[in-house]
Amino acid sequence: MFEDIILILDSTLRLSTPLLFACLAGLFSERSGIVDIGLEGKMLGAAFAAGAAAYMTGSPWMGLLAGIIVSVMLAIIHGYASITQRGNQVVAGVAINFLAAGLTVLLGQAWFNQGGRTPQLAISARFDDITLPFAEALQDVPFVGPIYHDLISGHNLLVYLSFVMVPLTWWIVFRTRFGLRLRAVGESPAAVDTAGISVTWLRYRAVILCGVLCGFAGTYLAIAQSAGFIKDMSAGKGFIALAALIFAKWRPVSAMFTCLLFGFLDALAIRMQGQEIPGIGEVPVQVFQALPYVLTVVLLAGFIGRAIPPKASGIPYVKERT
Amino acid sequence: MTKGQLPKWVDYGLLPALNLIAAFAVSGLVVVLIGEDPFEAVKWMLFGSWGYGEGVGFTLFYTTNFIFTGLAVAVAFHAGLFNIGGEGQAYIGGLGIAVACLAFDAYVPWYITGLFAIVGGATFGAAWALIPAYLQAKRGSHIVITTIMFNFIATTLMVYLLSNVLRPQGSMQPSTRTFTEGGQLPLLRNIWPSLDLGQSPVNLSFFLALIVCVLVWYLIWRSKLGYEIRAFGANPTASVYAGISPVRITVITMLISGGLAGLMGMNEVMGSQNRLLLDFTAGYGFVGIAVALMGRGHPIGIILASILFGSLYQGGAELAFEIPAITRDMIVVIQALVILFAGALENLFRPAVVAFFNRFSDEAAA
Repeated sequence: MFEDIILILDSTLRLSTPLLFACLAGLFSERSGIVDIGLEGKMLGAAFAAGAAAYMTGSPWMGLLAGIIVSVMLAIIHGYASITQRGNQVVAGVAINFLAAGLTVLLGQAWFNQGGRTPQLAISARFDDITLPFAEALQDVPFVGPIYHDLISGHNLLVYLSFVMVPLTWWIVFRTRFGLRLRAVGESPAAVDTAGISVTWLRYRAVILCGVLCGFAGTYLAIAQSAGFIKDMSAGKGFIALAALIFAKWRPVSAMFTCLLFGFLDALAIRMQGQEIPGIGEVPVQVFQALPYVLTVVLLAGFIGRAIPPKASGIPYVKERT
Repeated sequence: MTKGQLPKWVDYGLLPALNLIAAFAVSGLVVVLIGEDPFEAVKWMLFGSWGYGEGVGFTLFYTTNFIFTGLAVAVAFHAGLFNIGGEGQAYIGGLGIAVACLAFDAYVPWYITGLFAIVGGATFGAAWALIPAYLQAKRGSHIVITTIMFNFIATTLMVYLLSNVLRPQGSMQPSTRTFTEGGQLPLLRNIWPSLDLGQSPVNLSFFLALIVCVLVWYLIWRSKLGYEIRAFGANPTASVYAGISPVRITVITMLISGGLAGLMGMNEVMGSQNRLLLDFTAGYGFVGIAVALMGRGHPIGIILASILFGSLYQGGAELAFEIPAITRDMIVVIQALVILFAGALENLFRPAVVAFFNRFSDEAAA
C-alpha cells in the first residue's frame, strides 16, 4: 500500500510538471490582461522544436533553447495580434493552436519522414534523471528512505526547475516593481498608462515570459518525459493548465497545488485502469480524465469559492480615441 | 461618407480579400520551406476541389459541415457571446442523431428518421450549450472558458459511451453499429446519377444547411427575437433599459447556437458515415469560428466562407495525394493562417486602406 502511494505520487510529480510550467506561463500573460488559450499550441510547437533540435545537435540544452525560441516566436505573434493590432485574443489563441498542430506534423514529415515524429533520441540528448545526494545511502531507512529515494530523488532537471519556478514567479509577481506593474496593467491599464508606463511594452514582456515558460513545458514533453516529438503530444495539457490557472485563481502557489491535484488525477486514472474499487466497482478512466474540467466548471459557477479574472483581461487597450 | 469610414464593398469585400491574400502568401512560404513549388500546389488544390465531379462533391460535403458550425458561432456572435464550444456541441449533437437513427432505422423510412434525427441533433447540441449559457447568464462565468471545458467533457463522455455503451457486442471498434437504410440520408450521387459526383458523400443535408441559412437570416434580421439578440450584442446595458432580459437572451441564443452546431452530425453521421464514430467532428467546430469571422456573421458570407474552407479541405486532400511531401496537415496550417489574418489580425490593412480612400475623397472634394 505504502509503495503504491509512493508510486502514484512519483508519477504525479512527473505528470504535473508540464502543467505547472504552462500554468505559470498563462499566469504571466493573463495577469497582464492578455487571455491566452494558445498555451496548448505554444507547448506543442516547443515540443517539436526541442525534439528536432535535440536530435540534430545531440544536446538537450540546444533542444531547450530551440523549444523556447519557437514558443516565444508564437507568443510574439499572439502578442502582436492582441496588443499591437488589438485583435480578438481568443481568436488569436485558436490560430496559434491550429498553426502549431499543423506546422509540427507538416515540417516533421518533410524533414524526418517518420509520420510527423522526430527520430528517437539517445539518452545523452535528453534530460536524464538525477539522483540527489545521499539518496542511495538513505534508501533503506524506513519511511523517510523510500520517500526521499523514490519520490523526491530521481527526476530530471526540468521537474525540479518547475517547482523552483513557483516561488520565483510568486516573488516576481508580488515582490518586484515589474510584478506590481504587471498586476496593475491587468486590472487597469489606463491607470498604468497615466503613470507614464508603457502598457504595450509591459504586456509584450508578459507575453514573452509566457512564451519562455511554455517553451520549458513543451521541451519537457518531448525530450525529458519522452524520447522525441510525437504528433499532437500536448494532448490538451495546455487547456488543463488553463483550467488549473483559473482553479488557482491566478495565484502561483495555488497553481502549484492545482497542477499537483490535476496531475494526481491523471496518475490515478492510469493506475486505476481495469481495477475495482471495493464497494463501487470499476470506475471508468474517463471519470478521472473529465474531473479537472468538471471541477473547473464547478468553481467557475461559484459553488466552491469564486474565480474572478483580472479586470482588464481580454480587452485591448486603446490609448486615445481617434 | 465621413472621414475614416469605408464604402461597404471595401469593408465586406476588399479587406477580407486582402487578409486572405496575406494568409495564402504565408502558406505559400511554408510550401517553399518544405521545398515544393507553391504554384504547383495551388494548381492541384484548385483541380482537386473544382476540377472534376467527385472533387466538387467532396467540396460541397465539407462545405455543409462548415455552414452548420459557422452559423452556430455567428448566431452567438450577434449576441456578443463567443461560443468556442461548437466542437463539443456538434459531437453531442451527433450522439442525438445517432440515437434517433438507432431507434428508428429498422421501422420507418429515412425521411421520418431524419425528422427525429434533426430534433435529436439540435436538442442534444442545445443541451450541451445550456449549462455554459446558464452559468454565463446567472453566475457570470466566462463562456469562453466554460465552453472549452465542455468540449473536453464531451470528448471523455463520448469515449466512454462509444467504447462501453454504444459499441455492439463482439465489435472491437469504438463506434455504433451501422444504420440500416432507414437511418441513411440519400446521397446526391444516387438521386442525380447524371451529375457525375463519383464516390463523394455529399448528401441531402447540403440542402438542409441552405434552408437553415435562410431560417437564421430570418431569425436575426427579420424577427423580434433577432432584433433583441443584436441589440443585446451591440450594447447589453442599453438593451436592459429597453426591457430585454440578458439572462433570457443569453440562454436562448446559446441554445440556438448549440442546436445549429448539433445539426452538423446530419451530414457526417446520418449522411455519410452512417454510424457514430470517435472524433467525427475533426475540428470542424473550431473552424466554424473562422467561417463566422470571414462571413461577417451573415448567412451569405458564411456560405461563401464555407465554400472556401470546403475547397481548402478537399483541395488539400488532393494536394497531399499528388505531392506526398505536403501532408494533409497543410490544410490545418492554411486554416490557422486564415484564422490569424482574417480573425485576429483583421485590422492589419485597415489603416492603410482608410488612408488611401481618404486621400481619394479629399481630392474629390477639392
